[in-house]
Amino acid sequence: MSDELLAQISQSLVDGDPDATFSLTEKALREGLEPLRIIREALMPGMNIVGDYFARGDYFLPDLIIAADGMKRAMELLEPELRARQQALETPGVVVIGTVKGDIHEIGKSLVATMLSANGFKVYDMGVDVPIATFIAKIKETNATLLGLSALLTTTMTMQREVIKTLVAEGLRSQVKVMVGGAPVTRSWAEDIGADGYAEDAMGAVALAKRLVGVRA
Amino acid sequence: MSQKIKGITNPKISLNILTPDEVMQIHTATLEVIESVGVRFPSEKALNILEEHDAKVDRQTMVARIPGHVIEEYLAKAPPTYTLAALDPALDLPLDGNHSFLGTDGCGVEILDAFSGERRRTTKQDVMDVARVADYLDAIAFHWVPISAQDCPPESRSLHELQAVWRVSKKHVQTETIVNEREMVAAIDMAAGLVGGKDALRQRPVLSIMQCTYSPLGQDGGSLEAGLAAAEAGLPVGYMTMASAGSNAPITLAGTLVVGNAEVISALALMQMHAPGCPVYYAAAQTMTDLRTGAYTGGGPEDYLFGAASNVLSDFYKVPLSMGAYATGAKEPDWQAGVDNAFSSFMAVLTMSDMLLGAGLLHGSRILSYEELLMDSEIWSMLESMFKGIEVTPDSLALDVIRSVGQFGSYLAQRHTRQFMRERWMPTLIDRRPYNAWEEKKDGARDWARAKAQDILREYHPIGIVPDQDAEFSRIIAGIEKLD
Repeated sequence: MSDELLAQISQSLVDGDPDATFSLTEKALREGLEPLRIIREALMPGMNIVGDYFARGDYFLPDLIIAADGMKRAMELLEPELRARQQALETPGVVVIGTVKGDIHEIGKSLVATMLSANGFKVYDMGVDVPIATFIAKIKETNATLLGLSALLTTTMTMQREVIKTLVAEGLRSQVKVMVGGAPVTRSWAEDIGADGYAEDAMGAVALAKRLVGVRA
Repeated sequence: MSQKIKGITNPKISLNILTPDEVMQIHTATLEVIESVGVRFPSEKALNILEEHDAKVDRQTMVARIPGHVIEEYLAKAPPTYTLAALDPALDLPLDGNHSFLGTDGCGVEILDAFSGERRRTTKQDVMDVARVADYLDAIAFHWVPISAQDCPPESRSLHELQAVWRVSKKHVQTETIVNEREMVAAIDMAAGLVGGKDALRQRPVLSIMQCTYSPLGQDGGSLEAGLAAAEAGLPVGYMTMASAGSNAPITLAGTLVVGNAEVISALALMQMHAPGCPVYYAAAQTMTDLRTGAYTGGGPEDYLFGAASNVLSDFYKVPLSMGAYATGAKEPDWQAGVDNAFSSFMAVLTMSDMLLGAGLLHGSRILSYEELLMDSEIWSMLESMFKGIEVTPDSLALDVIRSVGQFGSYLAQRHTRQFMRERWMPTLIDRRPYNAWEEKKDGARDWARAKAQDILREYHPIGIVPDQDAEFSRIIAGIEKLD
């Protein structure tokens, strides 16, 4: 019975039905299934199937995002249960991410945040128009190992350089790897400002993040 | 070379893309969105104006819900036709609904060097060089700031870019890189200085202003305040939606038109509330989101449809249109670039878009290629030829010469042929050589375009502004830089 329920949770992710993922996860907890088992035997396999379908071109980005939303809603039920059992999920890294000061473009940055979360990263999304000091404070608070800086304008991308300069001044540069992105950002720009890498899309950002923290993609 | 501009006028072919009833449905849906969902105007100044005009304003979210009849009332104040002035009046561009003009694209961050071929970040010198080539090409009627002067300070960069273009060209300039009031005021000073003051500028706007909306259903605060300042000065102002179906607009094409339309007409109505009767234009460059990466695409069948449909909408609102055509997503001047730019410009001209943007950039308006700029100009010359259509007159029916050639002669030897042959289109980049001639070098359009660009860059040194005006520009720019 429990196997069937786990398969249903998995399938709900593949079907892109977050409401079903949520209610089935609720049901699984009610029936006494261990949260770690739900994650390992239902949610992760479901996300992997979605990822495979995407990789071979059958699924599109909205399929991934909606599945990630289902996963997120299930985790909202499971995380308190994990804490109650003093259990935790391993994460490849803690990420602070945001769009730099002066820039209000959100979609690309949020997509990267979603995809990093779906790949197990612990993500603190600081939103848009983020002052340098806010990034710095959050990195200190969370001991983040990755920082993602988005900029969509040729005039605001210079702020990415300023953030990196401040990291150096604050003695944080060796703690965090910096990823930059946004439409005008190029490899030569990333190298110029001393970032650790850049990606052109969300899946590229996930691969980059994994590489930067030393996880096999 | 810049003494003549090749516009397209009196087209003999046309297209029905939306029925009047469908346009009305899009319009009604748009007004419902503006009135009930609202549009975000993150500027106190803009919100104050909207509130004075019966909009319901939420100061917290900065969303304004504007009654539909107010939008209609103020849009009706916009002049349906006007002229974009040039420093040389022979290069003026009448936006009268019966002309299509091509401009460069913007605002790229990299350039493929005309001589080394190397891809590198762009500078003010590059802005000037591209403007020289654009000035040379008669297909290019007006300038956008094609690439970013990244060696100049961000707070004055847009003004350096204007200076660079004006140094070498007397064609009209439409800038898309001024996104705050302070730089706009300085740019107005610069333009006014060129024509003899602010009143003269109102009569002869040698500068027009392009601002972007912020999809979905939003504006940018700096762009709004810059636009309001320009509207006050009588410079033509347009707001461009780049709504991208599937990410910041609905996946359905009509839905994307509604979202973009709401952004554009709410901004244009705001300009009319602030400066009634000021020249404004509709601007659009909707596209598809790439469903695999989430990126802005540039090119593809949806783009071509958007290009034609946007002009139907701007006609409905009786304002000119500046349409993002061309602007391929291709990485090189290749097959994809040719397909994209031919279809997109064809569809936009088919509906007589007043201004088309996009010549010369690759990779979704990121990388400037001189080769592409020349190839795009060749596409334009094909369009110009096509839109003349087929003339049917006694001369063109050619009965006399048909009689004299009969079944056994050749038209090559006829005076009739010689008389009319210069009306036919002649390529500069399309390869029509014999196979053997091609086989010798296996060269082609890209090589010839590059060689031509190199020639222009080496030999063509047009003069826009005089040294005194240039010095005044530098003084104005230095004033802005000192403020920081």
